[in-house]
Amino acid sequence: MLRLVSLAAFLAAWSAGSLATGEQMLPSPATVLASIVAEAQSGALFFNLGVTLARVFAAFTLAMAVGTALGYLMGRVTLADRLGDPWLVVLLNLPALVIIVLAYIWAGLTEAAAIAAIAINKVPNAVVTIREGTRALDPGLDEMSRVFAIPRWKAFRHVVLPQLAPYIAAASRSGLSLVWKIVLVAELLGRPNGVGFEIGIAFQLFDIARILAYTLAFTAVVLAIEIVLVQPFERRASRWRSRTA
Amino acid sequence: MNDARPVGDPALLDVRIGRKAYTTASGDRLEVLRDIAFTLQKGEIGVVVGPSGCGKTTMLRIIAGLDPDYRGTIMRPAGRLGMVFQEPRILLWRTVDENIRLVAPQAGEAHRAALFDVLGLTAHRSYYPGELSLGLARRVALARAFVIEPDFLILDEPLVSLDKPLAARLRDEIRMLVDRRPVTTLLVTHDVDDAARLGDRILVLSARPARILAEMPLPKPRVARSEDDIASIKAEIVNRSGVDPRPGA
Repeated sequence: MLRLVSLAAFLAAWSAGSLATGEQMLPSPATVLASIVAEAQSGALFFNLGVTLARVFAAFTLAMAVGTALGYLMGRVTLADRLGDPWLVVLLNLPALVIIVLAYIWAGLTEAAAIAAIAINKVPNAVVTIREGTRALDPGLDEMSRVFAIPRWKAFRHVVLPQLAPYIAAASRSGLSLVWKIVLVAELLGRPNGVGFEIGIAFQLFDIARILAYTLAFTAVVLAIEIVLVQPFERRASRWRSRTA
Repeated sequence: MNDARPVGDPALLDVRIGRKAYTTASGDRLEVLRDIAFTLQKGEIGVVVGPSGCGKTTMLRIIAGLDPDYRGTIMRPAGRLGMVFQEPRILLWRTVDENIRLVAPQAGEAHRAALFDVLGLTAHRSYYPGELSLGLARRVALARAFVIEPDFLILDEPLVSLDKPLAARLRDEIRMLVDRRPVTTLLVTHDVDDAARLGDRILVLSARPARILAEMPLPKPRVARSEDDIASIKAEIVNRSGVDPRPGA
């Protein structure tokens, strides 16, 4: 209920802003909706959303897999932490634009270059979060696994992974938002389709309604992913907490 | 550091710790254990009694194979090791039953049910540990140690910080479980009452650095001990240790 009020307030402020500055600078919600409908009818909206979403998914999966593995390794092994830490600091501070431009120059304007560049942008954040989670693992439970000779994979699955779950959820949440922002830049610079490409075209035409149309449509998709995937995962992972006093 | 020794009877526990020391944060060497040597026969229950903080847990960790940094040799009974830590150390994100099944995937439903029955956990099988009291969580830890049918059992203060009647009941349950299936057991406690009721052999440790002050094999089997026997064993332990023996002191 409170969320609806908040949303209504946002739409009202938008309409007011549109009236004050004029349709040229800030199209009204109705104009943007019309633009969304037009793009949807031509099929371009769904095609571009789908293409971008596929890139988000590929880059996100790659980054989370690599980031989780490296973060766990650096959290567990001091040598890996010492060796990896300078790289981490460099990567954390390297602007996304630099990585994307270099990837396109070195690997060509290819799908692989785009996805790798986006993943590289996300990896260091995932590493930092998962490393923190790994350092917070309970050493007492590791000893328990050793004493009872629980096989390694099983101990990882049942003892370690549930302890990392909140950190993985946090990394996923921030990762999803980071990745989809960077995907648009990569598409703008070197892909012939996707939401970022469309926004680039709209920018050249000063078609603000179309820019907002694609932005809102994609935001809605990301919101749906958050509600349908991320939140249920978190609830499931913390189910044992809910009944605790 | 830990020189190889000829293997004798693989069922007995043979502990020879020459020295165990830590380096403290300020760089000093702190000696925790010195010249600890004892042997437990197959099926024997050894009870280690000593003042709080004397290094009993350090000793158990060495014997369990969790700490390789010591001088000496340990010969453990071959086979499975079951351990109850001072804290329950059960997985809060798995139910009681899942915690047990994790260490013993081969244990059948009947076997688990019988164990839950002895420990009074039957009604709590599908609970998450966060919903349990400390006493019940301790029982889960005990169930986990017994479900694997261990060849060697280590119990680190399994009754500490429980109120007296509860501790007594849990002690009886432990006794019932070791009587049902004899297993070489090493129990650490600072309660002489537990020692006198559960032990076959009592080892009295000194304050830090811990040494063995006395080794007392108890001739009478546990079941045959009268309250008088227990009282005299307790007096003997107190006499040999020379410290205030009251539990929790």
